[in-house]
Amino acid sequence: MTDMESKALQAKEKMQAAVPAEQTKPGPVFTPAVDIYETETDIMVLADMPGVTADGLLIDLRENVLTFSGEVTPPEKSGETDVLREYQTGRYYRQFSLSEVIDQGRIEAELKDGVLQLKLPKVEEAKPRRIQVKAA
Amino acid sequence: MLFGERWDWPLGGWRSTFEEFDRIRREMDLLAHRLMGAPLLRGTAGVFPLMNITEDTDNFYVRAELPGIKAKDLEISVTGNALTLSGERKIPEAAQNVKYHRREREAGQFSRAVTLPAPIEGDKVEASFANGVLTIVLPKAEVAKPKQITVKTS
Repeated sequence: MTDMESKALQAKEKMQAAVPAEQTKPGPVFTPAVDIYETETDIMVLADMPGVTADGLLIDLRENVLTFSGEVTPPEKSGETDVLREYQTGRYYRQFSLSEVIDQGRIEAELKDGVLQLKLPKVEEAKPRRIQVKAA
Repeated sequence: MLFGERWDWPLGGWRSTFEEFDRIRREMDLLAHRLMGAPLLRGTAGVFPLMNITEDTDNFYVRAELPGIKAKDLEISVTGNALTLSGERKIPEAAQNVKYHRREREAGQFSRAVTLPAPIEGDKVEASFANGVLTIVLPKAEVAKPKQITVKTS
């Protein structure tokens, strides 16, 4: 794992997503590449979403389903004509169902350099309590 | 019976016989992509990063999506008409004792050179990097800009 940095990066086309509902705005929808890992206290989700700003980002967590989507405005201005077009720009959308229960009040999200970092703290397990029995 | 259509019983309504095949083909495409990784479009050089190059009358604009890369890990240089972009994407190592459920992002080095179709002014090239998208503006040299020619009538 540690010598992954010296490999050359491969070019990959962006994967189009199968969105469950029909979209109100037309345009392609892509699946961002995601790393998910779990520590003892939280679940970290890191997603590559270049071109998305904090205003266009929507994160939703309900009933253990995490949905995040990002809007991307095409950066080309109107006077420009294409010389070479190798990738398309479009919304990002991805949905996960989580197995752990998450403490919703403490979720942290950070969007930096086109990478979304979501920290989902797990709910602390109830500590076992001894119950004293009062003798009558 | 009209060719390619049939009355769909019991759902009612006309449906094309090919609609089922279309649906199956779409789902097989999706499955193939998931298993093999998406093949690249024809017309790309197949090198990371994928670039979009556009032009207007004064400049060329080169854009590339480089999420998670710091500006200091990027090297951009211009030689004549050729633009070279190279660098490295590093993914910060997570702490020990983490369990990865998914690992789709890749780290590594990249280097790519493109030659622009017209001469450019190397001194006035500007690059900016925002939200993981790199935009390079290359002003065209005067000889490359279109010039209007007036027609003299006698």
